[in-house]
Amino acid sequence: MAFVTANWNPLGEAFYRKTELYEMGWNLKDGLRDCLFAAAPYGGPIALLKEPLRRSPSARPLMEIYSSSGVSMASFLWKSGVVKQLGWTVSDDLLCIQEDGTVLVYDMFGNFKKHFSMGSEVVQNQVLEAKVFHSPYGTGIAIVTGTFRFTLATNIDDLKLRRLPEVPGLQGLPSCWAVLTQDRQSKVLLASGADLFILDNTVCTAVAPPGLSPQATSIVHMAVSFSYKYLALFTDSGHVWMGTSNLRDKLSEVETKIRAPPKQMAWCRRPKSQQPSVVIMWDQQLLVAGQCKESIQYPLDDDSVLVPELDGVRIISGTHHEMLQEVPGACEEIFKIASMEPGALLLEAHKEYEKESQKADEYLREIKEQSLLGKAVRQCIEAAGHEYDPDTQKTLLRAASFGKCFLSNFPPDQFVSMCRDLRVLNAVRDYTVGIPLTHTQFKQMTVQVLIDRLVYRKLYPLAIEICRYLKTPEYQGVSRVLKHWACCKVQQKEEADDVIARAICVKLGETAGISYSEIATKAYECGRTELAIKLLEFEPRSGEQVPLLLKMKRSQLALSKAIESGDTDLVYTVVSYLKNEMNRGDFFMTLRNQPVALSLYRQFCKHQEQDTLKDLFNQDDDHQELGNFYVRASYKERRLEARIGLLQSAVDEYYKAKNEFSAKVTEEEMRLLRVQRKLEEEKGEHLVGFSLHDTLSSLLAVGLHKQAEQLYKDFRVPDKRYWWLKLTALAEKEDWEELEKFGKSKKSPIGYLPFVEVCVKHHNKYEARKYVSKVTPEQKVKAHLAVGDLEGAADAAIERRSEAEISTVLSRCSPTTDRALVERLNRARATAAKK
Amino acid sequence: MANSGRRDAPELPDFSVLKRVARDQLIYLLEQLPGRKDLFIDGDLMSPLDRIANVTTLKQHEVDKLYKVEFKSIFSTSDQLCFLVRPRIQTVKWISDVINADKIAGRVRRYKIIFCPQKFYACETVLEEQGVYGDVTIDEWAFYLLPLDNDIISLELPEFFRDNFLEGDQRWVTTAGSALHLLHSLYGPFTKVYGIGRCAKMVYESWREQVEDGEQKAQQHQTEIGNVFLIDRDVDFVTPLCSQVVYEGLVDDIFRIKCGNVEFGPDVTSSDKSIKVMLNSQDKVFDEIRNEHFSNVFGFLSQKARNLQTAYDKRRGMDIRQMKAFVSEELKGLKQEHRLLSLHIGASESMMKKKTKQDFQELLKTEHSLLEGFEIRECITFIEEHISRQVSMVESLRLLCLLSLTENGLLPKDYRSLKAQYLQSYGIEHLLTFSNLRQLGFLVEQQPGETLTVMESKVGKLVNDKTAGKLTDAFSSLAKKNNFRALSKRLTLVPKSGEEYDLRVPRDMAYVFSGAYTPLSCKLIEQVLERDGWTGLDDVTRMLNGHEFAVTGERVTYQPRSRADNQRIVLVMFLGGCTFSEISALRFLGREKGYKFIVVTTAITNSARLLEALLDSHV
Repeated sequence: MAFVTANWNPLGEAFYRKTELYEMGWNLKDGLRDCLFAAAPYGGPIALLKEPLRRSPSARPLMEIYSSSGVSMASFLWKSGVVKQLGWTVSDDLLCIQEDGTVLVYDMFGNFKKHFSMGSEVVQNQVLEAKVFHSPYGTGIAIVTGTFRFTLATNIDDLKLRRLPEVPGLQGLPSCWAVLTQDRQSKVLLASGADLFILDNTVCTAVAPPGLSPQATSIVHMAVSFSYKYLALFTDSGHVWMGTSNLRDKLSEVETKIRAPPKQMAWCRRPKSQQPSVVIMWDQQLLVAGQCKESIQYPLDDDSVLVPELDGVRIISGTHHEMLQEVPGACEEIFKIASMEPGALLLEAHKEYEKESQKADEYLREIKEQSLLGKAVRQCIEAAGHEYDPDTQKTLLRAASFGKCFLSNFPPDQFVSMCRDLRVLNAVRDYTVGIPLTHTQFKQMTVQVLIDRLVYRKLYPLAIEICRYLKTPEYQGVSRVLKHWACCKVQQKEEADDVIARAICVKLGETAGISYSEIATKAYECGRTELAIKLLEFEPRSGEQVPLLLKMKRSQLALSKAIESGDTDLVYTVVSYLKNEMNRGDFFMTLRNQPVALSLYRQFCKHQEQDTLKDLFNQDDDHQELGNFYVRASYKERRLEARIGLLQSAVDEYYKAKNEFSAKVTEEEMRLLRVQRKLEEEKGEHLVGFSLHDTLSSLLAVGLHKQAEQLYKDFRVPDKRYWWLKLTALAEKEDWEELEKFGKSKKSPIGYLPFVEVCVKHHNKYEARKYVSKVTPEQKVKAHLAVGDLEGAADAAIERRSEAEISTVLSRCSPTTDRALVERLNRARATAAKK
Repeated sequence: MANSGRRDAPELPDFSVLKRVARDQLIYLLEQLPGRKDLFIDGDLMSPLDRIANVTTLKQHEVDKLYKVEFKSIFSTSDQLCFLVRPRIQTVKWISDVINADKIAGRVRRYKIIFCPQKFYACETVLEEQGVYGDVTIDEWAFYLLPLDNDIISLELPEFFRDNFLEGDQRWVTTAGSALHLLHSLYGPFTKVYGIGRCAKMVYESWREQVEDGEQKAQQHQTEIGNVFLIDRDVDFVTPLCSQVVYEGLVDDIFRIKCGNVEFGPDVTSSDKSIKVMLNSQDKVFDEIRNEHFSNVFGFLSQKARNLQTAYDKRRGMDIRQMKAFVSEELKGLKQEHRLLSLHIGASESMMKKKTKQDFQELLKTEHSLLEGFEIRECITFIEEHISRQVSMVESLRLLCLLSLTENGLLPKDYRSLKAQYLQSYGIEHLLTFSNLRQLGFLVEQQPGETLTVMESKVGKLVNDKTAGKLTDAFSSLAKKNNFRALSKRLTLVPKSGEEYDLRVPRDMAYVFSGAYTPLSCKLIEQVLERDGWTGLDDVTRMLNGHEFAVTGERVTYQPRSRADNQRIVLVMFLGGCTFSEISALRFLGREKGYKFIVVTTAITNSARLLEALLDSHV
C-alpha cells in the first residue's frame, strides 16, 4: 500500500504513473528489432512480422500473433508479397497491407478471411507508406503511393476508395502524415518541410498551426489523439507543439532539447484531464511532455512500441508490457502524499479501524464534520476502478463499504456495479486471457463489445460466465455467445456431421433467440451442406430455413418449408426464384405438387402473364381450366372471328376434359354468335354478344317474330321460356291483337295467369279480363283479384271452398264493398273451416 | 325484446383506440413525405379511410388533392404523389404505368406507396419488373381493424372470401393473424380460443407465431376479452345465402350498407335528394329496430312516432322558463330523433313495397321449403320459372346454390337443365361462374359416391404421402360432403313445421329467419360455448370436415368464482365475411345467455356480395 505512489512522477499539476501490465510470455530472440508490429487498441492482440524486408525473394518471414500478455495465438510463414504495414480492425481482424496495394485479412488465429485491393494504380506505383485508422464508421486504411498520392478507404467492410487530390509541389514522401476524422469525414494531414496541408475529398488546403515556434524549419513527426481532437507536432528544432486538431488553438509548446526525430510519438491524455501530454519515444529514452517546461524522462533499454489508448499509452517491449498514464483524479486525491481529501481520510480511517484503533473514529468524524462522507465513499469507489492491482482495489472498496455504513441513504448502485465491473476486468486482465482493459476503456467499449472480443478469441465459457454474472439479457448475451460457439463448432472439419449436430443441439437446446439457420448458413459456407441440412431441422421457424435452403439449391425442400411457414410472401419468393432457376417444365412440375404455391402463382399470372397461365394448364393437362381460359379470353376479343376461334379452342378442351355439357353449350354459343351476326347484317339490329334470352326478346321487341320463332326452334328454347318472352314482349309493345292471337295459337305452357298479370301490369284490365276465364281453377281467385273483380274472385273462392283463398279475398274487401258479398264470404269461410 | 336481456351482461371494451392508433400511424406515414402532395386512394379504402381521418385531417398534413384510383392516366400538377392502396397487382401495375408515363414525359416527381394493411412481395416484384422499384418509397399502414360499431369490427377485405376459398390463395391469412394479434395485445390475453375450419386453424397458427416472435413484454393490463371463436365462412354457406328478414339485414340486402353507411335514395327520403346515413348504435331509433324481425318494425316505428308526438306535446301549457329549458335541452334531441324516425319509416315503406309483393312471399316460401327439404320438385319449378323470366341474375343463382347446398348437390339431370336454362338467360360467360361455384361446392352435381375415392387413391399412388394428405384435404373441400340435412337434424336447425312462431317474442335465434331456420354458424358457437369445447360434437365436426380446435391460453391464472366478466365477452371472427342476420342472432344469444359478442369479420357480406364475388366479370 505504501508504494502506490512509488511509480508516480509529477509533471506540472499532474502525476504520471507507469504500471506494469504483464511480463511478456513470448520468447523473442531479437526483441522487437526489425519487426513489423501492430497492436490493437483496447488491449487487443499483437501481430509481429519478423524481417519483413526480405533479403531474398524466397525467404519466408514468420507472422506471429500474440495476446497482449504475449501468449502465442498463431504463427505462420508469410508466403504472399512484401508487407508494408500491419493493422487490426475493430473486430480484431488482422490487416496486412502489401507493397502492391493488396490488403489481406486474417482472423486472430491466422485464418485467411479475404483480400481486397487499394486500387489498380497502386500495383504499378507501389505503396510507400500505409496507416490503419479507426473511426466511428469502422476501420479505415490510408496509403501513399509511389507518385506521392494518397488513397483512403474509410470503412474496409464497405470498401469505397477515395483518391485524394494532389499536393502541390510535393516531390517526395511527406516528412510525416496522419489521418484525421473531422466533420464526419476522414482527411489526411501531412507535413512537407515546414508546410502543413490538409487533404480532404476535393481540395488540398495549406494550414498553419498557430504559434508554432519559428525556429522550426521542418515538422518531422506528428501524432493525433485517440479522439482525433488533438494534434501534436514535433519539429526539427526539438519543439513539441500541442494543439487542437482543427489547428485553431495551441495548448502548449515544450522544448525537448532533443533534435533527433523521434521513433514514435503518442498522445497520453485521459478524457477530462486538464493537461495535454504526449509521450515521445527515441531509441534510448521515453519522454512525457505536458504543459510545463519540465518533462518526465524514462530510460529505455529495449526496443519498444507505443500503443496509444483512450486514457494512456501502452508500452510494449521485448520483455514487458506497461501502461503509462496520467494518474486519475480520484487516485491522486486519495494517494497523494499528505492528501487531506475526504477519500484519503476515509481510507486512513478504515486502516485504523482494521488495526482496531480509535483513530478511525477521529478520521471519520473529521470527514463527517464537513459532511463529505458521501464524497469520500465515491472517491474510494472511483479510485478502485482505476487501480490495476486487485489488492489495492479491495482495500479501496473495503474503505468505501466501511464509509457507507455511516451513511443512511447512500445509493448502492455505484458500489455494486463497480464491484461487478472490477470482477469482470480482473478476469479478462488475467494472464491467460490477456486483455488489459482499464475501467475507462471498458465503459467506452461496453460489455457487448467485450463479449464479442471474447467470442472472437473463442473464450466461450468465460464469455458466458460474464453474461450470466452481469445478467445480460439472453438475446444479447448467452444466446449470442452460444451461436458463435456453434458457428465455430461447425468449422471443426475433423468431426463427423451428426456428432457436431448432436453436440450443438445438446448445448443450445431451446435457448431463446438462437437462430439455427444462421449456424447452418455458416456450416454451408464451410462446405458442409449435409451438416447444414441437419442443423436446419432444429430450426423451429420454418420460414427461417428457406433462404439457406434456396442457397443450397434444395429448392423443393425450400418450397415446402415456405408453405409450412404459412407466409405467402416467402412462398412467392421461392416461386419466383424457382421460376428463374429451373426450366419451365420442371418448374411447373414442382408447382403441381404444391397446391398452395400453384394457386399463388396462378393469381400472379392472371394479372401479369396470361400466357404462362395457359402453359401452366397445358402442362397439367387441365383441359377444364384451359377451356375456361379460352372462354375468358373470348370476352376480351372484339373481332367476331377471333372470338369464335377462341370458343372453338374451348370446345376442344372441354371435350378433352370430357365435359360434354360445357362443350355443347359453347358450341351453341358459337352458333348463336353466327346467327346474331347474320341477323345484325340483315336487320341492322344490334345483337352480337347477347344471351339467347336477350336476343329473343330483342327480336320480339322489334317485331321480328319469324326470326325469333326460328331461333326458338333451332336452339330448343323451352316452351315456357318462349311463351314468357313473347308474352312480355308483346305486352311491352301493347300489341294486344297479336297477344290474343298468340294466346290462342295453342295451349299455353305457362297457363293464363301470366297473361292476366302482364296485361294488368300494363294497365289494360280490359284485355286482362279476356284471359281470366282460361285460367286454371287453382289460379282463378288470383286472376280475378288481379283484374280487380272481387265478386268473381269470391265466386271462385267459394266454389273451391278453400279457407285460405276466401280469407285472401276477404282481406281485399274494403268498407265500400258490398255488404252482402262480405257476408257470403264469411259464411263460406265458416263452412270451409268446419270441414 | 330489447329488455329481455340479462342484467349482468358485461360491458364491451372500448374499440375507439383502434381508430386512434390507425390515424396516428397514417399521419406519421404522410409526414414521411414532407411537403404538399396529392393523394390517390384505392376506391374501396375510401369509406374506411373516411372513418379514420376526414379530409380536413388529411389537408392538415399537406395533402393537396384527393383522387380515387381509377386506373386511368392522371392529371396531377403536384411534384409529390402518394398512393394509399391495397396490395393488389393490378393497382401496382397501374402505379408503375403512371411513373413510366412521367418518365417518358420527362417529369420528375417523388412517389410513395402506402400499402394497407401490408405489402406483398408480389407487388414489389411487379414494381421491379416494371423498372420503377427505385423510384418509389414503400410503406405499410398497419390498419387492420375498423370498428363499425360497438360490437362489430371489420377488416374491410371483401376479397378475402374469393382469394382464400376459391383461388386457394392464402396471403390474407397472415393479415387476419396480425389483426387477431393486435386485438390480443390490446384486449388480451385470451383465455380460450375455439375455432373451426382450415383457414381458422391457419389464422390461429399465424397469430400464435406472432405472439411468440414478439417481444415477451409482460402484459400488465387486465384481460378484456376472454374467449375467441374463429370460424371459416365455408363451414356454413347456407346462412349467408338466405334472404334476410331482420331490419338491418334487410336494409343491407336492399340498399347495401357500405362501411356502416347507407345511402337512402329519393324514394325513401321523399325528396329529390339522396341522404347518406350512418347506421350504428348512435342512432337511437335504428338501435332499437336493427335486430327486429321486419314484421315488427312498423309497429315499433309507429309507437315511437306516438311517443315523439307526446314529447312534442309537452310544450303546451309550459311557462316561459320551462319552454326555455325544453328548447335548450330536449328539443334538439327530439328533432334529431324525428329526422331519423322519418328516415327509417321511409326506408321501411320502401322495403315493404318491395318485399310484401307476391313474388317475395313466394320466394321466402321456396327458401323455407328448401331449408326444410320439403316439396323440392315445386321449388325446382319455381326456380326454373325464376330463371326463364330473367327475374334477377343473382337471385336465381342464389336459389340454385341454396338448392344444391341443402340437397347435397343436384341430380345430374336437373343440374344440366338448370344450368342450360341459366346460360340461355344470362349468357355463356356464366359457364365460368358455374365452374367457380362447383369448385367452391356451392353448386354441384350429385356424385355417384365412389368416384372421388377412386380418384383420390389413384392420385395418392402417384405422389408421396405428405402431398397425398394435402391432396385429400383439397379433394375433401372440393367435394365437401354437404350434410346439411343431417346437420340440421342433429342441431335442430329447422324447427318442426306447423308450430306457431310468434316473431314478436322470439324463442331462439331462428327468429332472424322468421323462425324457419337457426343459422348454423351461430348454433355452432352456442354449442361450443355451452360445452366449453367440441366434446360431444364429434359427429358434427366430422360432417363439417373437421379442422376444429379449442385451446386454452397458457398464462392464465384460473379465474375464481367460475366466470368473471371478461369470460363472458366472446370475440367471434368470421373468416370470409358474416351477415347482419348472424350478428343479430348472436346479439340475441348474448342477451339470453348473458354473453357479449364482438363480431370481427373480414367484411360484412350478404348473398349478393358472396355470389358477385364468384362471378367471372369481364374485366
